[in-house]
Amino acid sequence: MNPFEQALSEAWGLLVHGDAALFDIVTLSLQVSLTAVAIAALIGLPLAALLAIHRFPGRGAVIVAMNALLGLPPVVVGLIVYLMLSRAGPLGEWGLLFTPTAMVIAQSILVTPIVTAIAHRTLEDFHAEYAEELACFRMSRWEVGLTLLREARLSLATALAAGFGRAVAEVGAVMIVGGNIDGITRVMTTAIALETSKGDLALALGLGLVLLAIALGVNALAFALRALAARHAGEERHAPTALIQKG
Amino acid sequence: MPRDGIITGGVPGVDPGPLGATLDGLGVHRRGRAILRDLNADLSGHGVTAVIGPNGAGKSTLIKVLGGLIRPDQGRVGWGPDGLPPGAVPQAILLQQPVLLRRTTRANLVFAAKRARIARADQPALIDHWLGKAGLSLLAESPARRLSGGEQRRLALARALILGPRVLLLDEPGAGLDPSALRAVEALVMEATASGIKVVLSTHDLGQVRRMADDLLFLNAGQIDALGPASDLMDAPPTKTFDAFLKGDLLW
Repeated sequence: MNPFEQALSEAWGLLVHGDAALFDIVTLSLQVSLTAVAIAALIGLPLAALLAIHRFPGRGAVIVAMNALLGLPPVVVGLIVYLMLSRAGPLGEWGLLFTPTAMVIAQSILVTPIVTAIAHRTLEDFHAEYAEELACFRMSRWEVGLTLLREARLSLATALAAGFGRAVAEVGAVMIVGGNIDGITRVMTTAIALETSKGDLALALGLGLVLLAIALGVNALAFALRALAARHAGEERHAPTALIQKG
Repeated sequence: MPRDGIITGGVPGVDPGPLGATLDGLGVHRRGRAILRDLNADLSGHGVTAVIGPNGAGKSTLIKVLGGLIRPDQGRVGWGPDGLPPGAVPQAILLQQPVLLRRTTRANLVFAAKRARIARADQPALIDHWLGKAGLSLLAESPARRLSGGEQRRLALARALILGPRVLLLDEPGAGLDPSALRAVEALVMEATASGIKVVLSTHDLGQVRRMADDLLFLNAGQIDALGPASDLMDAPPTKTFDAFLKGDLLW
């Protein structure tokens, strides 16, 4: 058995036997990333609806900024949040550095532009389709926004899935603001980086397999949602795209 | 708005009378092109007024101006004796390509019932009533977007009527329908007129004009070419262009 095969079989053993350390790391990863996506949804979806429906001064600038922030490098976000939260930083008194909360903040910043940009494109299309019909029902802009969000819910879920894929797979931001502290801020990606450098390939590979499975699951979910959305729209359409991005 | 009975009917105890429209120097321009030019007309408050004319004559635009979806850049539309603006009278509009919500057939009607502020307790009976009228009872739980063209048009029409309008505006309600679907849509519209709703519809279908219209407005190149009782105009076309249109000759 070569070292890779050995590591792989050990990794499989950890997964099958529900290794406690591995389980904790996966749980924290999911908690942090799902919370970040929830926050991104709370900010991004209303903002996307506003951008799609309302023409206001500075709208173009917001859209350009959002699209520019799509490619934000996680380490840069991590660095900025680190500077804000560090002892000497403006928010240092909160004492959040090296806590899961800090990781949630960093990932929210990373994911919000993604959710907003994808949701904005979706809602623009929906608005173009629905605007005149909804005008027949004499709806206020506010009501139009809520109706569009509801009508587009299945398509918007794919925006959230894309955001989650980005969050759960990134390593730079959580490493810097979380510090990869065992049992407190260690998540899948930071653990993989550490264990690999330590030479403990079994745990690294085990976590890698979990991450792959999550990536697969998220993409399968997104695919299913798209198919369901197309069915609701009365059209047949297939547009699967990769949602997990490199972190 | 309070309503009596299950269908609709304005304010109880007050006969609001039929709602006609007055067009007063109406003009719509888009990108430097006149779509409607200086329209002056009284559309009677009774029955069905059909707006006919060749493609590009401005029929859809007129329907949308009457419904307040397009703001005219000249003149105005007034509804009823007080000349109320389009937003101030209970209207329903059926677009040429109605956009159904990505929900079930029933949920599309619930949406309209909520817009009409119908009490939650009254909604199920009202919706069942309209599902039956539109012949969609068996399709109530189907996704609306999966219905056939005729079923979709009936659903959109039922959804418009649930709003309890006093004016019903239809943009080519028969376009693209087979004869039986067309008949079903026309029957719903005629029933609406019979209950006192003013109907204005645009159409290309001269047979539909003969079957349904009380009055007729012939638009050509954004201007009113002929206006009057439908049967009179159809039997004795007052202008050369209208005569040519009826015979199917090219107008340009």
